[in-house]
Amino acid sequence: MKVEQISIFIENKSGRLAEVTRTIGEAGVNIRALSLADTSDFGILRLIVDQPGVAKSMLREHGFTVSMTDVVAVEVPDQPLGLFNLLNILDNCGVNVEYMYAFVERCSGSAVMIFRFDNTDEAIRCLHDQGVTILTGERIYSV
Amino acid sequence: MASYFNEEFETLPRPALEALQLKRLQQVLQRVYRNVPFYEESFDNAGISPDAIKSLADLQRLPFTTKQDMRDSYPYGLFAAPMEEIVRIHASSGTTGKPTVVGYTSRDISNWSDLMARSFVAAGAHRGDIIHNAYGYGLFTGGLGAHYGAERLGASVIPISGGNTKRQIMIMQDFGSTVLTCTPSYSLFMAEEARTEGIDFKNLKLRVGIFGAEPWSEAMRREIETKLNLDAIDIYGLSEIMGPGVAIECIEAKSGLHIWEDHFIPEIIDPESGEVLPEGTQGELVITTITKEGIPLIRYRTRDITSLTYAPCICGRTHARLTRMSGRSDDMLIIRGVNVFPSQIESILVRVEGVEPHYLLIVDREENLDTLEVQVEVGEELFSDEIKVLQSLAKRIEKEIKENLGVTSRVKLVEPKTIQRSEGKAKRVIDNRKW
Repeated sequence: MKVEQISIFIENKSGRLAEVTRTIGEAGVNIRALSLADTSDFGILRLIVDQPGVAKSMLREHGFTVSMTDVVAVEVPDQPLGLFNLLNILDNCGVNVEYMYAFVERCSGSAVMIFRFDNTDEAIRCLHDQGVTILTGERIYSV
Repeated sequence: MASYFNEEFETLPRPALEALQLKRLQQVLQRVYRNVPFYEESFDNAGISPDAIKSLADLQRLPFTTKQDMRDSYPYGLFAAPMEEIVRIHASSGTTGKPTVVGYTSRDISNWSDLMARSFVAAGAHRGDIIHNAYGYGLFTGGLGAHYGAERLGASVIPISGGNTKRQIMIMQDFGSTVLTCTPSYSLFMAEEARTEGIDFKNLKLRVGIFGAEPWSEAMRREIETKLNLDAIDIYGLSEIMGPGVAIECIEAKSGLHIWEDHFIPEIIDPESGEVLPEGTQGELVITTITKEGIPLIRYRTRDITSLTYAPCICGRTHARLTRMSGRSDDMLIIRGVNVFPSQIESILVRVEGVEPHYLLIVDREENLDTLEVQVEVGEELFSDEIKVLQSLAKRIEKEIKENLGVTSRVKLVEPKTIQRSEGKAKRVIDNRKW
């Protein structure tokens, strides 16, 4: 039920983001979703790609600092209060969201959000109990 | 007409001064040979006995003492007096996190006070002056050294120590400070602070500033003199030798720092070969203390680069003059008056869990204050996908550096391999300051 996300350390200087995308792109890896968190000195690029293993080894080979993180892809009804209802469920379960970002494409008529939780397993259990659709890695990588 | 604190000794004709030096040198050699195992061994290894030193020129035959020797003897190994006679202990930072420790007998403190009082007078201070002492008080010799000298002189000393600049300025204004003692960079920082507060130094009573503990330049002197409206005087000292007051410029000439030769014998050597260089040639300053009891040092390598002149000075003092220090012969950095060795930063990085010591120090000067940036490469073992984790890592390193070395730094996390690797000695420091 978890999705592998690649996190990459990037210094705030020109060309680094381009270098990451070139490195994985030339290896035939396609980006599914991404988020960039930044500070004045550095940023963390988080990627969901179709071939996480390939992307990881290519980036390492090119000297990037990379880590794999388990995140959860959740279907969110594409309507007002859709995201609120989902967050409310999580809040009631006592799970915190470390960060989240939206998936580019829709999946069976719903929006898709990527979540990083402080307690991933608890979050999955809680969402599952409430009948929320969680997308598998295979599903996400092949969207 | 110049004024003196101790006219007899400050203007002693050179033959008499040199005779006094030789007598004191012979005494101190006997003392360290007898009381300090390090010197007994080092003289024996060099095959020279203290009795063989018959002239000042013979001093060259003795081995050097280095900062490493002091570290190896940590904390009290080089003391030549029993602890019962040591009344004060000071320390300066060392490369391995262990400080360099010095001990003073009450006679040492008295001599230091005298020499610092002489230095104040040479700089143009006198009884009745209100001395605003913004050197740090504590293990660092600056604060207490200047303080005791000011009291010995009979001036009124304000022991304000460093920091809290707004209050410093208020006190200078309200108390009518006439003499300022601090690092040159801090004086300019004060000037900026005063300007933003709308205070003009021309309206203060400051007349003389005595600045030391870090290298500075003639250009900086002009800037300080203009902005603070005072005579800026260069003072030199190091805790291993005594503290502030080893040498000072006279206000009459402002050209070279008189080193108090009745207490210290200076030599200039080639830092590579160790050969003594002729008068006027630039090299590393080596000092032998000839009156100290607590921790006398024989031919101590200061690592400071300067030159020496015996030419008579218009102030009438007969003591030799050192030119302004122009650098260091090793990689020690002086940041806001604090000695910092790259290896100290390295050991802190190793200690902060997971940080591999690929780092680069960038020293610069912003708004007249030294700045230290520590670039640290982020490898996978310390990487996190969460910003807050990385930011707290940077904060932790900054805190460790502040607590251990006493300097404020800014840690910048960089990608692996962005710091240049070189064969052999890695380039660890980029110093962008202009002297």
